Amino acid sequence: MIPTSEQLCAAVPGAVIEIVPSTPAAAQPAMLVDREHLVAVARYLKNEPSCQLDFCSCVTGVDYLAKGFIEIVYHLYSVALKHGPVVLKVRAPRELNQCHVPSLTTVWRGCEFQEREAFDLYGVKFDGHPDLRRILMWNEFTDHPMRKDYVPPADYEWEPTPHDEVLKRTKAAGGIMPPSAAVEVKK
Amino acid sequence: MIDEGLKSELQKQGVFVVSTEWLYNWGRKSSIWPLQFGLACCAIEMIAAAAARYDLARFGAEVFRATPRQADLMIVAGTVTKKMAPQVVRLFNQMPEPKYVIAMGACAISGGPFKDGYNVLKGVDRYIPVDVHIPGCPPRPEALLHAIITLQEKITGQHIDQTRWYDATATTEFPIPVCGEHDLLPAANPEVWQPPKDYRDVTNEESTKKS
Repeated sequence: MIPTSEQLCAAVPGAVIEIVPSTPAAAQPAMLVDREHLVAVARYLKNEPSCQLDFCSCVTGVDYLAKGFIEIVYHLYSVALKHGPVVLKVRAPRELNQCHVPSLTTVWRGCEFQEREAFDLYGVKFDGHPDLRRILMWNEFTDHPMRKDYVPPADYEWEPTPHDEVLKRTKAAGGIMPPSAAVEVKK
Repeated sequence: MIDEGLKSELQKQGVFVVSTEWLYNWGRKSSIWPLQFGLACCAIEMIAAAAARYDLARFGAEVFRATPRQADLMIVAGTVTKKMAPQVVRLFNQMPEPKYVIAMGACAISGGPFKDGYNVLKGVDRYIPVDVHIPGCPPRPEALLHAIITLQEKITGQHIDQTRWYDATATTEFPIPVCGEHDLLPAANPEVWQPPKDYRDVTNEESTKKS
């Protein structure tokens, strides 16, 4: 059985757990845990004999630009008891120097690569991660492309049909442009 | 040049008279050895083209080489990510002349469905000279066969004294892009690739010509 938030709060003293409702179609309400008690809650969910969520299938991020935080979402399953998913969420501020959450690699070994991916694309630092490097983009890359405020490089050429947004972005970034568009920028 | 009638007469007697250039081109076009590498789903079609059903061996191009030093043709089969692009250019540089490139599929030509992505090179022709483009997503094996035949036709038409590899001034080494903080540097090799002209450039040129 999946523990209720009351049971979790009793098992992990001090944990702040909020149930986040989902859309009716998804029918996957999530448990929002505070950052300080995330590892303890995760360890409890894994080790509790009635729960045994022994498999972390997905770690990803969601960027809430307007609200100013990034949410890390974990999808947990139990292979032993054949139930799941349990959706675990944790929030961190968007600012790159404060965007820290504890790593769950110590609980589920399979989190390692997925947390690296979330670090690469969202810029979330996972404290206690054994090998936090970029996994998809190259090491010299400094941006985090899945963040909502990411500006992609303007390396595309002029579109065959004039394309307002593309042209605007190309001009702003000084990208590759055909002669006539380049003249317009100089004006 | 030898007279065609005389050539035909000699052939009937079992004597074949051809130019050195013809022989040279015939030899090269009949044994185009591709470099063995694939980048995405187009590679599966390339493998199918090389296997028994489509049998690339009929065109002498079945010997996929695992080293660029022995390859004549680079089939860029699949999406070239920006992380992969330097390696593709480096492999092309390591191939000995004469060398050719086939850009196979929408991704290799232009980035294809991933053109708007931050991580995908918008066409391999930004860094290396492409001889034959194959559209399709992915192209069928027949399309790859057609590209090989097109390349063979191109080789047949080449003149030894005008080729890149006998031209002392031509570049045979293409600069390898560097992975930068936001993008590859440079974003394109201007010697190989220029942004396409749009309709205003064309009309401007026409009006200046008229005046």
